[in-house]
Amino acid sequence: MSTPYAKLPAWADYGLIPLINLSVAFIVAGFVVMLVGENPFRAAVILVEGAFGKGTGIAFTLFYATTFIFTGLSVAVAAHCSLFNIGTEGQAYIGGLGIALVCLSLDSVMPWWVIFPIAIVAAAAFGALWGLIPAYLQAKRGSHIVITTIMFNFIAASVMVYLLVGPLKPAGSQAPQTRNFLAGAELPKLNWIIELFGAKIRSAPLNICFLLALVMAFLIWLLIWRTRLGYEMRTYGHSPKAARYAGISETRIIITAMMISGALAGMMALNPVMGDQHNVAIDFVSGAGYVGIAVALMGRLHPVGIVLAAILFGMLYQGGAELAFEMPAISRDMIVIIQGLVILFAGALEHMFRPYIQALFASVSPKSVGMQAVNGKGA
Amino acid sequence: MAQAAIELIGINKSFGAVRANRDINLEVARGTIHGIVGENGAGKSTLMSILYGFYQADSGEIRVGGKPVSISTSNDAIALGIGMVHQHFMLVDNFTVLENVILGAENDALLKSSIAKARSELDRLEREYGLEVDPDAVIEELPVGLQQRVEILKALYRGAEILILDEPTGVLTPAEADHLFRILKQLKDQGKTIVLITHKLREIMAITDTVSVMRQGTMVATRVTKETTVGELAELMVGRRVLLRVEKGQSEAGAVKLSVKNLTVKDSRGVTMVDNVSFDVRGGEIVGIAGVAGNGQSELLEAISGIRHAVSGEVMLEGKPIDLTGKADPGELRDRGLAHVPEDRHHVGLVLAFEENENSILGYHDDERYLKGPFLDVDAIMADAKDKIEKYDIRPGNPRLKTANFSGGNQQKIVLAREMEQDPGVLIVGQPTRGVDVGAIEFIHKRLIAMRDQGKAVLVVSVELDEIRSLSDRILVMFAGRVVGERGPEATEGELGLLMAGVEHQEAAE
Repeated sequence: MSTPYAKLPAWADYGLIPLINLSVAFIVAGFVVMLVGENPFRAAVILVEGAFGKGTGIAFTLFYATTFIFTGLSVAVAAHCSLFNIGTEGQAYIGGLGIALVCLSLDSVMPWWVIFPIAIVAAAAFGALWGLIPAYLQAKRGSHIVITTIMFNFIAASVMVYLLVGPLKPAGSQAPQTRNFLAGAELPKLNWIIELFGAKIRSAPLNICFLLALVMAFLIWLLIWRTRLGYEMRTYGHSPKAARYAGISETRIIITAMMISGALAGMMALNPVMGDQHNVAIDFVSGAGYVGIAVALMGRLHPVGIVLAAILFGMLYQGGAELAFEMPAISRDMIVIIQGLVILFAGALEHMFRPYIQALFASVSPKSVGMQAVNGKGA
Repeated sequence: MAQAAIELIGINKSFGAVRANRDINLEVARGTIHGIVGENGAGKSTLMSILYGFYQADSGEIRVGGKPVSISTSNDAIALGIGMVHQHFMLVDNFTVLENVILGAENDALLKSSIAKARSELDRLEREYGLEVDPDAVIEELPVGLQQRVEILKALYRGAEILILDEPTGVLTPAEADHLFRILKQLKDQGKTIVLITHKLREIMAITDTVSVMRQGTMVATRVTKETTVGELAELMVGRRVLLRVEKGQSEAGAVKLSVKNLTVKDSRGVTMVDNVSFDVRGGEIVGIAGVAGNGQSELLEAISGIRHAVSGEVMLEGKPIDLTGKADPGELRDRGLAHVPEDRHHVGLVLAFEENENSILGYHDDERYLKGPFLDVDAIMADAKDKIEKYDIRPGNPRLKTANFSGGNQQKIVLAREMEQDPGVLIVGQPTRGVDVGAIEFIHKRLIAMRDQGKAVLVVSVELDEIRSLSDRILVMFAGRVVGERGPEATEGELGLLMAGVEHQEAAE
């Protein structure tokens, strides 16, 4: 009787409810499409076909998803420790700086498989450092992490602008970006995997960072649910008082969690920088850090959910670009509206339909909602 | 019987698949005090929430003064003359009494006429019912007993004829509780109807005219108070006979295991909460600390367990000092044999969102038994949790169940199992049975005595005087941060009550 609602079986909790939320988001988005005078069904077809219809589309979808997996995991790790890391954007940006330094100095002398591990470490270290400062301020000075991480996004942007129009820009170039990396700092593409299934790909940036992202998702699952550190992070996340009681140091756990979060954010930069652009340009993160917040919330802070949510957002990015191209009435902003609706229904209004679903389950099959647990003859 | 003030007929209420109230019938006569008793989760609060408009009944009928009514919000309830005094006061701390009383009943935007009206009305109510309280006092500066009076005044100001009180004496001293009862009797004499929800059977016997017993969502019996006994009511509540007093042998106190000397603790505002307190706890004895909540007991426990910074003094655990700077590592103290069952199991002793097995290692999670390198040894943790579930009869016996889904008594057993099974030399327990139902109280008391009989030093802090008296070999009474007296277990309730209220202390000082 501690909870007003009985609980749902896991498949409904993690599968059915997100699916319903998502469907409602798309239905509402359909009305918006109708308002601008386009056919919502055709728009949906273009969106899905653009994302999954052709080999190239799939590769682009997964490329975007890779980025969002990293940022989603980053937000989730901090969230498990009840830290709302809004700074993923800036941490990723600074992570790009670490990659730039490694690649610019080593790309002429080493092959990619030597540079890649070094770049991973550099990206993670730079991102972690950018997470460390707000974490320290939170742990020692009580400065709220939401405020400091937002400010650090702006600091990161300013630092990068300075570096990219100054020290890191090749002499004589007009573009605010580093020189292009040599072949040694270019990551292998993964398009052949999709081609194995018979799809044709013209040119797409999907690269081995996708595999790295999946490995990280697994490692984060391991960290959160199977290690002592993860246990301590979750304890602190649910109840700082209980953590204090259990002998968990607040300072240590906040700093550790934020550094891991920052490291994951920094690693996100590997995907666009080494996998696609082969340089570090101004604003290359372009909001992926903020999308990470939505991905983490939608994925309910679980790595599996985050991978799925990242693919959904990858689809919206890729399919949305196709949609804007195919339907002139639908601009790029329209896609932002659709994404916003998904975030609204799947994130903010996550529990809107839950009571109804629970009532439904309870009337159909009382056992599935944990009746025994609640009615157990407790002393 | 006089005309019924409230009639509940066939009330049913389910949350999801859980039936909190099944087919409840209740009739409360006008001008009487009617008690409702039952264990936690028996459905008392749900029933009263339906009556007060927080919840809607799935089926059934409510009649007030003989007329069928529909109550869908608390405003409906207020309009029907039903007032409620909640267990946790619904007052704005930094408002004055007057401001709190008119809150929600303001008549004009500038409050001028409301305030004038409220002032004269309060004056009348205070004179009529002996509810003296300064209308301009700020709530946070009032003692809890007076805050409760403000709650009662609030209800009366809104014209309540029927007053529901939910566990009203939980936070009061015996003297304050007596005063409350006098007020309730006065209200009754003026024709008000009172519904009293409590789990303290003695109060039921002392003040009510009739009493209803709830168990697992059903109304199992209604009795005329004069014709029933505490034993019968307790039996009806749990469905079997219970021991109201624990059987225990003579204690065999051994060496001093925990020694507190001149301990002084201040809170974050610099107010002295523990004032120069000294005592020893020996192996093989239970020392009970009695006192009204808020007299420094919580801070004392936290300082001893290394969570709170102490200003001065020393605490020796098995002859070695404890770091009192507030930076002590509770993990290290656990290794040295100090187990701590905190007062607040919801936020401190447990992580409610965790599975049961995860909570069964909280604080001991860096113990090698539960680890394989940096990884948690899931198999070992589960085996350990199952073992404790069996030994402590934790129900339901599923270590994968979320802790929030256990009842209060079973949650407390999870904490106790974790702390006792570490075989500590010293066990300190805050509020061992707060919010725990009668069946589990008996079990917990037996366990604590078993610990004592194994030669452990046990320190119990509780606001339940009965509990302190039945468990302790020595009783210390705290008032305003000081230990104002030590008594043996034979001390009478009146004697302890006076100490708790600081009366004897003041007389002695004169």
